[in-house]
Amino acid sequence: MSSQSPEFVWEILEPNLPLVQKPSRYIGCELGVVEPDWDKSANPVSWLLTYPDTYEIGLPNQGLQILFEIINEHPNAVAERGYAPWSDLEKRMRAQGIPFFSVDTHRSAAGFDVFAFNLSAELNYTNLLNCIDLAGVPIHAGERTIEHPLVIAGGHCTYNPEPLADFLDAVVMGDGEEVVTEITDVIAAWKDAGDSNRSELLHALCGIEGVYVPSAYSVEYTSDQPDAVVQSVEPEWPEAAEVIAKRTIADLGEWPYPRSPIVPLTEVVHDRLNVEVFRGCTRGCRFCQAGMITRPVRERPAEQVAKMVADGLESTGYDEVALTSLSTADFSGISDVVSEVMAQDTEGRISVSLPSLRVDAFGVDIASQLQNGRRSGLTFAPEAGTWRMRQIINKLIREEDLYGAVDSAFSQGWRRVKLYFLTGLPSETDEDTLGIARLARNCIEIGRRHHKSPSVTLSVGGFVPKPFTPFQWFGQNTVEELDRKVNLVRDAVRRERGIQIKWHDSRASQLEGILSRGDRRLGAVIEQAWRSGATFQEWSERFDLEAWMNALEGQGLTPEQFSNRHREESEVLPWDHIDAGLHKDFLWQDWLDALDEVGLPDCRWTPCYDCGACTGYGIEHVVASAVPPAGGSQGTGQDLDTGGLIPEPVAVAVELADRQ
Amino acid sequence: MTRIRLKYSKYGKVRFLSHRDVAKVVERAIRRSHVPVAYSQGFSPRPKLHFGLALPTGYESDAEYLDIDLDQDRVGNRDPEVIAEGLQQCVPRGITICGAAEVDPKGPSLQEMVTSTVWVARTGGVEEQLQERCSDLLKASTIEIEIERKGKQRREDLRPLLLALEVLKTPTEESITPGTRLRFELGTKPRSIRPSELLDVLGITEPLGVRRMHQWTDSDATMQGPLGEPAPPSTPAEARAS
Repeated sequence: MSSQSPEFVWEILEPNLPLVQKPSRYIGCELGVVEPDWDKSANPVSWLLTYPDTYEIGLPNQGLQILFEIINEHPNAVAERGYAPWSDLEKRMRAQGIPFFSVDTHRSAAGFDVFAFNLSAELNYTNLLNCIDLAGVPIHAGERTIEHPLVIAGGHCTYNPEPLADFLDAVVMGDGEEVVTEITDVIAAWKDAGDSNRSELLHALCGIEGVYVPSAYSVEYTSDQPDAVVQSVEPEWPEAAEVIAKRTIADLGEWPYPRSPIVPLTEVVHDRLNVEVFRGCTRGCRFCQAGMITRPVRERPAEQVAKMVADGLESTGYDEVALTSLSTADFSGISDVVSEVMAQDTEGRISVSLPSLRVDAFGVDIASQLQNGRRSGLTFAPEAGTWRMRQIINKLIREEDLYGAVDSAFSQGWRRVKLYFLTGLPSETDEDTLGIARLARNCIEIGRRHHKSPSVTLSVGGFVPKPFTPFQWFGQNTVEELDRKVNLVRDAVRRERGIQIKWHDSRASQLEGILSRGDRRLGAVIEQAWRSGATFQEWSERFDLEAWMNALEGQGLTPEQFSNRHREESEVLPWDHIDAGLHKDFLWQDWLDALDEVGLPDCRWTPCYDCGACTGYGIEHVVASAVPPAGGSQGTGQDLDTGGLIPEPVAVAVELADRQ
Repeated sequence: MTRIRLKYSKYGKVRFLSHRDVAKVVERAIRRSHVPVAYSQGFSPRPKLHFGLALPTGYESDAEYLDIDLDQDRVGNRDPEVIAEGLQQCVPRGITICGAAEVDPKGPSLQEMVTSTVWVARTGGVEEQLQERCSDLLKASTIEIEIERKGKQRREDLRPLLLALEVLKTPTEESITPGTRLRFELGTKPRSIRPSELLDVLGITEPLGVRRMHQWTDSDATMQGPLGEPAPPSTPAEARAS
């Protein structure tokens, strides 16, 4: 693999940069970047950490920044970063034989031991293939030799790794902080032993907890007909575990990363200091894969958060910090952290944003404390239009809470409120769908009490069922049905002054659904879609559903069998050999509860339901406070049946990030 | 209020940063090095920075300028040299601060005071042919070109803005990289044209590199830089003026 000396591309890349869009994507040079030291040991294990989308989307990815630092701190490892080149540069690279490269020292990807990818979006799968191919590495794992890097991936999408099984040598499940070092050490030992046999390395990797080597397993289907489903996934190698359990770090406090946040020199998304305040979520929203697969909750100590914020602002020069997690308003140290940050900001120029949303457990008054200056927009995520529907999805926000939040926002100076909704949820009726419009109308009415022309923006997304959620058995609504529902809402608010509506392309939701719950037979489909040019599928102007439908048809497969049909309890799911910590019978029971319209309170402050996330790892939710955060009524166990009494009138979660 | 004027160069990989990118980089560097910068009033206060004429993305420069307004009421060192040293620690490799001085905050802005800019472009073209085209251009009384500004096409006469144009015979210290070197001076009043628009006329669409060498002001009929740098006696601008 790294026996050939690394090749540098800057000299041949540079003349192309004046001729492509946004050349600053390709130069590196960011502030805060740890300089990779290739001379730290005789033969360091080298990682190219890659985000398979453009630089401005990939650079802020915190997972890659964390691993970048951890690997570079290892006495025998070095890491650099790579991002997918936009098509204009790609065309030039292919024409001139310029391989995929790192932005740190502009090294060719083929000169690394590990070509590692973060997969956060299913629609990036063709980009993954494109990056591998641009590196001059065979896209099929089976065709790689010791001359080629090990291609591995991690990230939320890989909880169902099967559609990518043909292309990945190994997949890492769960938190990467500890396992990257274990992988590094295994590779180092193999290199020291003469790195002659690639299969030996794969066998050794199989022995690491949380590492899945797809080629070590064989998949049987119920028949050879196109409508067959998976019958079994069995390990074929002695080292391969029957079930691959995800990795979980027990204490976030031991991992204060990134210590040196990377400050880009050009515009990127989420261009601010990000400090992760906790990992995991116990709210139990049934549509939310992230909330399910990242359990249990592990909070960072409040003092550490405050220190990371202070140090980070000092070292980066950012004037904005986001406290990130799946539901930051639930962070039990939130008040302490906010007061400390605000106290340090003597000149009032730092703004704090809470990018995760929840329409309860937090007051708009805290939002006003956080946001200095302009109050343009606040975002709430009720997710569904009726209480019945919100019980089904377990997003237990009552209408009064939403109205209280919206009233509070408008009365304290905000003029725009954005509301996020999903449509196409299990057992959703037209009445539920139209409930979205009804809520919007009521919110705009509330706004008129405070402003002449308040604005409410509805953002409606088609629901995509994901593995390891109670809705993993649910058949996704078809494109036509999602479009019909979006149109119901559009028609209902068309004449309403002050209400705007945005919606997600239902065709993209359909593709996401297929890739999320597919099996290994999708490998050929992804390859065909890539060959027909369907890259950058996250970009609406590049999205090409037809390429995918043709590719599916070419394999005799249909969208229905992966996405739109309901599954039975007895069906073997393609990801059943992966263990995300949740018991399958817990998920099934939660699915039945959903259909019975029964909500399930947050288990942080109520007895355990034995979902599996804590018991499986011998750890518990790490929370600083045994008392639910102020204002948190719904989801914490109170008032579930009635939807009645509100303990506190404030009760809002906010997103301040949205502030154009 | 105090105004500090900085001069900096931009070379290497960071030349691919846009004018806007550099502004943001400087803003963060100012926060990191605790420059007591003044902020604008209003709902979203911004640090009071005033940049000179934008440098096209991808071009290098020996002479970029930036004015920083300082807030009297804020704590911090106001010495231009100290500010320059502090900022230097907080900007990416490739940006080098090479001059700093206090200037009159009531004086003209950089964009107002700069009347011409001097450039060197490198091209793979043949020296003799280029020489010929340059003298043709200098002999012309008008050079009509089609330019685009804010999405609109417009015709413009380039000739009055072409103050000097020459093929450099031998490599000089300011151009040690390969290619035939073309040196030109472009006026900025009443409005400036881009170096690429002149290069297009010369048939150079993909130059090997372009560097801004100087920015000149002609206040009080003396050519000098915005920091009072004296113009060398043999500058083409003076030759033209005589």
